[in-house]
Amino acid sequence: MATDAPSRPAPAVTPRASDVFEKTRGRRRFVDRLMTTLVTGAFAVAMIPLVSVAWTVGSRGLKRLNGTFLTTTMRGVFGGMDAGGIQHAIVGTLLITLAAAVISVPIGLLCAIYLVEYGHGRLAGAVTFFVDVMTGIPSIVAGLFAYALFTLLLGPGARAGIVGSVALSVLMIPVVVRSSEEMLRLVPNELREAALALGVPKWLTILKIVVRTAIAGITTGVMLAVARVIGETAPLLITVGVADSMNWNLFAGRMMTLPVYVFGQYREGLVPCANRAVTCLPTINFDRAWAAALVLILIVMGLNLIARLITRYFAPKTRR
Amino acid sequence: MTIVKPSIQPGDVTGSEHHRISGRLGGRVFAGVTTGSGALILVLLAAVAIFLVVRGLPALTSSAADLSARIGWFAKGQTILSYTGPLIFGSLLAGALALLIATPVAVGIALFISHYAPRRLAQGLGYVVDLLAAIPSVVFGLWGVLWLVPKLVPGFSWLHEALGALPIFQGTPSPTGRTILAVGLVLAAMILPIITAVSREVFLQTPRLHEEAALAMGATRWEMIRMAVFPFGRSGVISAAMLGLGRALGETMAVLMILSPGFSYSLALLEAAKHQTIAANIAAQFPDANPSGVSVLIATGLALFVITMAVNMTARWIVSRRKEFSGAN
Repeated sequence: MATDAPSRPAPAVTPRASDVFEKTRGRRRFVDRLMTTLVTGAFAVAMIPLVSVAWTVGSRGLKRLNGTFLTTTMRGVFGGMDAGGIQHAIVGTLLITLAAAVISVPIGLLCAIYLVEYGHGRLAGAVTFFVDVMTGIPSIVAGLFAYALFTLLLGPGARAGIVGSVALSVLMIPVVVRSSEEMLRLVPNELREAALALGVPKWLTILKIVVRTAIAGITTGVMLAVARVIGETAPLLITVGVADSMNWNLFAGRMMTLPVYVFGQYREGLVPCANRAVTCLPTINFDRAWAAALVLILIVMGLNLIARLITRYFAPKTRR
Repeated sequence: MTIVKPSIQPGDVTGSEHHRISGRLGGRVFAGVTTGSGALILVLLAAVAIFLVVRGLPALTSSAADLSARIGWFAKGQTILSYTGPLIFGSLLAGALALLIATPVAVGIALFISHYAPRRLAQGLGYVVDLLAAIPSVVFGLWGVLWLVPKLVPGFSWLHEALGALPIFQGTPSPTGRTILAVGLVLAAMILPIITAVSREVFLQTPRLHEEAALAMGATRWEMIRMAVFPFGRSGVISAAMLGLGRALGETMAVLMILSPGFSYSLALLEAAKHQTIAANIAAQFPDANPSGVSVLIATGLALFVITMAVNMTARWIVSRRKEFSGAN
């Protein structure tokens, strides 16, 4: 280094370069500060809808949310009556979502096992790709599909809870596949190899070792998938319809669900009250909608929270 | 099943031998069932397409006069194409607006989480953004129409006064605010989480050496991001935006509750009763539609399915060239 230093014609360039550097330094710093502000601002902007939704739904929903609201149906409720509740909607939501989970979890889990343990080649590639594509199916299209499928079986115009369950499971299966797949891939290969070396057949290794190790993560994934479809409205609106009374039968008749209830109450709108009617509340429908929305959000958040807690406390310690 | 029977008598089969045979059968069955489930996904997707085509076909093949005679809301002289056209336009317009609003913000959030926020906070902040995705769309709709939209009306009339020269802000601003621009804003909030999640993931994969090299040359943090992070993450952000577009196109409830519907190819974003999207139109008309009406609606649903599939497949194809990542987790 030292030997070729004298032969370098450096001095002519250096001052000019540093000049440019000096001149632009202020502007470059300003741009950097500006972008830092903008990027931080972007995060703040995203918080506006989140905080605002939470606050509006919370404060307006609490007005109406009480024991009676949770334990009555809308049977015989009309006009601006200070009555009515969401019991039938909660039951409908639970039944339909449960049925959707019963359909989706076995298919989704087995498909994930196929992708992780057996899949290679073209079929596995296609399945991986289309599972991802399936996560983007519009929910209303899933509803149309379930409707079209069941009109073939039950005749036109049929509405039943199970149709909604099928629609929801179209939306749920890809989510279950992706999350289970991820969890199964986390299981260390040494566990598989140890079991196989002991002479345990591959399928038993998968069922008793791999799935058992990953079961906490899979449960989390399933709960998140449930949380995701439990708020779906559009497919249920067109496949299950609306009802005012309790319906425990998944296989016959219309059912109410919480999200559809929220929409239904909103659509009812303000009630024109005559002056004499003392018990008439003009905003009763909106109040019920907010309260039901609050219950729905609480259910979704609860599922999310439980799912995170399961991962935190029951997940096996993996090296990652 | 081609299980080779052992040449010894059944009674002579030793324990381990027995185990092996049943194990082999069980293994075959299990492998078959899991592979079948994998194939079932493809069958399911194909079934969705086939059922939509079969059910939509009557509407596609019957004459316009026939349709308008049988369906109350199907105007005379209208064809299935002229009925679906404005709906497709409305869906694309709402999706494009949502995307224009959401993408810059989402990229900002993703950068904030990946490169600006303290490392310890980053994961928690990511989770907070994901909470937005957990809010059901009907709740977004309720919040949008009863809380947000009334607050937007003054802003809309200001836009009209200040920028009324632009064709998109022309026309009388709707006094109710239930316009396609309001829909775009709410949809933007709804697709923010998916765009953020995918972009963040891509930004985090930027090679550390590229970033350090840029900083060592004297680049500021923003210059480092422009020179190292963006070139690396560009395709990821593009596909993230397309995934968001796919979500926005298929979103139903928020549009149904906020937008006051109309059928036209209008670019006036501040006017109500000019636009309608495919998904919201299906949800609005379906419950009371007769079989012919259902068929028309399913045909429009088929158009939505094809559009969203095309958008999603392109996005997934771009992502899958990079790394396995999906919005499902």
